[in-house]
Amino acid sequence: MSAKLERLSQTLRDVFGDTLQSLVVDCGEVTIEVAAADYLQVARTLRDHADLHFEQLVDISGLDYSAFGNAPWSGRRFASAAHLTSVRHNWRLRLRAFADDDEFPVLDSVVDVWPSANWYERESFDLYGIMYSGHPDLRRILTDYGFVGHPFRKDFPVSGYVEMRYDPEQGRVVYQPVTIEPRENTPRIVREENYGDVGNG
Amino acid sequence: MAEIRNYTINFGPQHPSAHGVLRLVLELDGEVVERADPHIGLLHRGTEKLAETRTWVQSVPYMDRLDYVSMMCNEHAYCMAIEKLLGVQVPERAQYIRVMFDEVTRILNHLLNIGTHALDIGAMTMVLYTFREREDLMDVYEAVSGARMHAAYYRPGGVYRDLPDRMPKYEVNRFKNEKTVRELNANREGSLLDFLEDFTNRFPTYCDEYETLLTDNRIWKQRTVGIGVVSPEQALAWGFTGPMLRGSGIAWDLRKKQPYEVYDRVDFDIPIGKNGDCYDRYLCRMEEMRQSNRIIKQCIDWLRKNPGPVITDNHKVAPPAREDMKSNMEELIHHFKLFTEGIHVPKGEVYAAVEHPKGEFGVYAVSDGANKPYRLKLRAPGFAHLAAMDDIARGHMIADVVAIIGTMDVVFGEIDR
Repeated sequence: MSAKLERLSQTLRDVFGDTLQSLVVDCGEVTIEVAAADYLQVARTLRDHADLHFEQLVDISGLDYSAFGNAPWSGRRFASAAHLTSVRHNWRLRLRAFADDDEFPVLDSVVDVWPSANWYERESFDLYGIMYSGHPDLRRILTDYGFVGHPFRKDFPVSGYVEMRYDPEQGRVVYQPVTIEPRENTPRIVREENYGDVGNG
Repeated sequence: MAEIRNYTINFGPQHPSAHGVLRLVLELDGEVVERADPHIGLLHRGTEKLAETRTWVQSVPYMDRLDYVSMMCNEHAYCMAIEKLLGVQVPERAQYIRVMFDEVTRILNHLLNIGTHALDIGAMTMVLYTFREREDLMDVYEAVSGARMHAAYYRPGGVYRDLPDRMPKYEVNRFKNEKTVRELNANREGSLLDFLEDFTNRFPTYCDEYETLLTDNRIWKQRTVGIGVVSPEQALAWGFTGPMLRGSGIAWDLRKKQPYEVYDRVDFDIPIGKNGDCYDRYLCRMEEMRQSNRIIKQCIDWLRKNPGPVITDNHKVAPPAREDMKSNMEELIHHFKLFTEGIHVPKGEVYAAVEHPKGEFGVYAVSDGANKPYRLKLRAPGFAHLAAMDDIARGHMIADVVAIIGTMDVVFGEIDR
């Protein structure tokens, strides 16, 4: 681990203490995980603390862990991972929080901390159905007007539920149930640990 | 007294200045924009979801179709993410090839941006000039990958094949006689590197031509100076990257700050703006093209002197040579496993970012150890830029909205994904 990552993780431990549920350093990246209740407060500190100073939010990604590893998932299902950059210190961080309720996932919105979160949270809401409380304008963004469901959830089929076509009799575009059959050319396989390890290449 | 009311109009999705399928709902007070609400998603193809159902390598061509004017940079970020997870080393020659093609791509992208931006706000000639040069670079793409745009040339572990020794040539037909064809083929007699070197020698003159047309042009300046001003603080808060951030005076470039591949071994400068308006961003892009030209020259020099492998010899990642596959049992198995099942990427998550011509293009990949990604999130620079449309456009005239869209360099392939 480089000295820089060491310094960043030490600062994070000092500043947040027990608030951190986990701190992982992997592939040259630091990931911290916090409880949904602490999420907003941690975000604010990350931006304002002089030794951290993450002034830029680069990305927020929704995550659905329900099919992870092709095995039943025991933990909570939905999470939101934010990628932060500090231009001053030139380092990056991933901040993840799991939503407490799988049926109705809610997280605090960080729009007040980083305005760029606005569209990223709308996207995550659209695709995963994660609610961001305190968001000023939580509308769908990428899917069609009047779309039903959250298409990136693991239980949503790739081909979707409805398809659109022009109906010459009615003289307009209509929706109907999909007629194509889902197919999988290459099955999804999780092998044993270290299978296909590039170290043996 | 006359009744005064605000108008709400639709700008796009079929408007030629909307750069694709942007539906912009503008609330107007006379000609002044009160509120701008971009509706995106008209080109949403669900790339991230599709990638979850395909093996890691099968998704490489999808990356071309994200930002369809800077194809290879998208592939680069995706391949880097896989390589980071796998922990494979890319051969040095492949790294130089990647850097060279990233810069070719940057020139391609900026040429399109400056040409169409000028076209949008009334300077017709620019687009004709820039597309002339784009054609040469497209030929470079074609020579190396077989496709003018959607190259699928970068692969996890390196690039698909080494640079070709000869360029495709024009042939005589009923529109072009022998003399014309001979002139057109004059710089295509040598290898791809010769052709590209010829281009880099010509390119600074072309840049001067563009500058003559635009930089001191009164109309161009009236349309861009002081339009869409973004302060450095705003640029950071809105998540701007690339020329949108540098135009506001923040010297942040991943090629310098978090160098990947061989960017720390090539010599180049980062231009930054001062006022953060459309004109400064135009100047930044112009200078970036000249700097890219410098980088390409250095890469050509290095590539001439240093032959070598261009893809990793680790056959758990990259397929073995055809000959080896036919004669060696072990390689046959590798080949079979790679093409039926694909690479198995170890469990973990990674965020790989490159300095894409438009800004920071990032790939957040989560793997659960399967032969397919568990989750792939693509961080498109244009998405963050367009999100700030409302704040930037408010208070501007409706005609300035076109200038702002142009300066943001929006491409819907990447924004809608």
